[in-house]
Amino acid sequence: MSSAASLPQPAGLRAWLLSPEPTSRWQARLGRAYLGWRTFTKNPLAVFGLGIVLLLLLVALFANFLAPYSPVTGGDLRTARLLPPSAAHWFGTDDQARDIYSRVIYGSRITLWVVLLVSVIATPIGLLIGTVSGYLGGWVDTVLMRLTDIFLAFPRLVLALAFVAALGPGIENAIIAIAITSWPPYARIARAETLMIRNSDFIAAVKLQGASTPRIIFGHVVPLCVSSLIVRVTLDMAGIILTAAGLGFLGLGAQPPMPEWGAMVATGRNYLIDQWWVAAMPGLAIFVVSLGFNLLGDGLRDVLDPKAAK
Amino acid sequence: MLDIQNLRVTYGTGRLQVDAVKDVSFHVGTGEAFGLVGESGSGKSTVLRAICGLAPISGGRVLVDGREVPTPRDKAFYRTVQMVFQDPYASLHPRHTVDRTLSEPLAIHGEKDAETRIAQALREVGLGPSFRFRYPHQLSGGQRQRVAIARALLLRPKVLLLDEPTSALDASVQAEILNLLDELRRNLGLTYILVSHDLAVVAHLCDRLLVMRHGETVEETTAAALRTNQAASDYTRSLINASQGFSRDAARPESALTR
Repeated sequence: MSSAASLPQPAGLRAWLLSPEPTSRWQARLGRAYLGWRTFTKNPLAVFGLGIVLLLLLVALFANFLAPYSPVTGGDLRTARLLPPSAAHWFGTDDQARDIYSRVIYGSRITLWVVLLVSVIATPIGLLIGTVSGYLGGWVDTVLMRLTDIFLAFPRLVLALAFVAALGPGIENAIIAIAITSWPPYARIARAETLMIRNSDFIAAVKLQGASTPRIIFGHVVPLCVSSLIVRVTLDMAGIILTAAGLGFLGLGAQPPMPEWGAMVATGRNYLIDQWWVAAMPGLAIFVVSLGFNLLGDGLRDVLDPKAAK
Repeated sequence: MLDIQNLRVTYGTGRLQVDAVKDVSFHVGTGEAFGLVGESGSGKSTVLRAICGLAPISGGRVLVDGREVPTPRDKAFYRTVQMVFQDPYASLHPRHTVDRTLSEPLAIHGEKDAETRIAQALREVGLGPSFRFRYPHQLSGGQRQRVAIARALLLRPKVLLLDEPTSALDASVQAEILNLLDELRRNLGLTYILVSHDLAVVAHLCDRLLVMRHGETVEETTAAALRTNQAASDYTRSLINASQGFSRDAARPESALTR
């Protein structure tokens, strides 16, 4: 494909994508992606999950347009505290007379930030440790896997609590704590995949071309491990959200007045019986987003890891 | 070109010690095609793997162009000696296009004008440019093996190690690949070491061959001797008999016909 002019008409786009004889790197890649997308859309629940995650993205992106009130400063403390859901306040107001709807919307930014940062920090660490230890074997494997075992031996939330206690409460420290505690399973998965790949002929072939060890690991082993890891990380995102909310609930995550969902549930705890909406609305948000990530992860598994699907 | 002197390959130690190759020696001249024949487990593939560094050399020497090969092998070695694997379904990276697979050796050795060389390599093995951006799962077994051969030839090696290059393919494709290999050897002046359990394949491609059994040399003979049934050892003769396969006349007793 030399220019945009040679692009086929939209009617032929499918044929172009599915062409058995791609004429460029990009056509081959896009064709592959399109096939994956077709598998993905066969699962309506997965599409629903993707919809929720996309909605979360959009809400976080346009929070300042969507939220009718400020998430931090409330209304009149004498008249606007703990109002039930109404046309003016869709999700009601909390004990500081703040609009819960606006806070939930702004809270999506924090949730997304946590999920994004944790996966960006934890996935490469797990991938690197897993593939290096699996490919090199020997004492490197022993050292790295015992280290992983040590981290695996602690319950996630307890270890995160210890880290936050040591580093001080705050959303950044909560993110670091969650990231530090979530990489070991990824390292295990990456290592298991690497052990299967390392003795295959195509690795021997590239070795015989004189490829260096880093080149083999990053160019040939990692791409095969990434897909199962992406599935696992997506499925874990619900857990990450819950851990972040849990830390927030315990007062160790986001600090007031940040509209973090877990912290919001925590303040609602005092009014659980009479003003249920204070805790229920952010709780609902946590539930919906966790569900969305789980469904998305399931759908991705069908696409990226066909062996595990059935 | 290639000298193997008293090669030994041993796995494990103590009671678990396995001598995969015991004291094998042979010499392959430049431009020659040399065959290694034997049953499964005779150590013929291990000899190839030991030459290119995939199996440990426990004793003896491997000389390429009169120089002993270094361990680990250096880039100069890989430019001289390349290998084609048995199973074309396993020897190509499943997530790499043909283009990516072929550009890898050029990138590793810092070669220039990858574009033209990849196109040329595909032409050499009889694949058109339409194959360039396909994934391995879009290729047949024979096409995959052609890609694997193209990859081995990209660095313009002098020696090609062929580890049962046709045993995973069906009969008609087998003949195509063998003819391609024969043609490439004559055009590019390559030296081959061909491992196979199929005497017909070896006799087709090679002039001289070594018969191996249980990691040891049985005899060194020529393809011509095979054809005229002049093998010296009983084992080779039994291999020849086996390669003639199912014989209709021998298998059908006269009594069964007349009854």
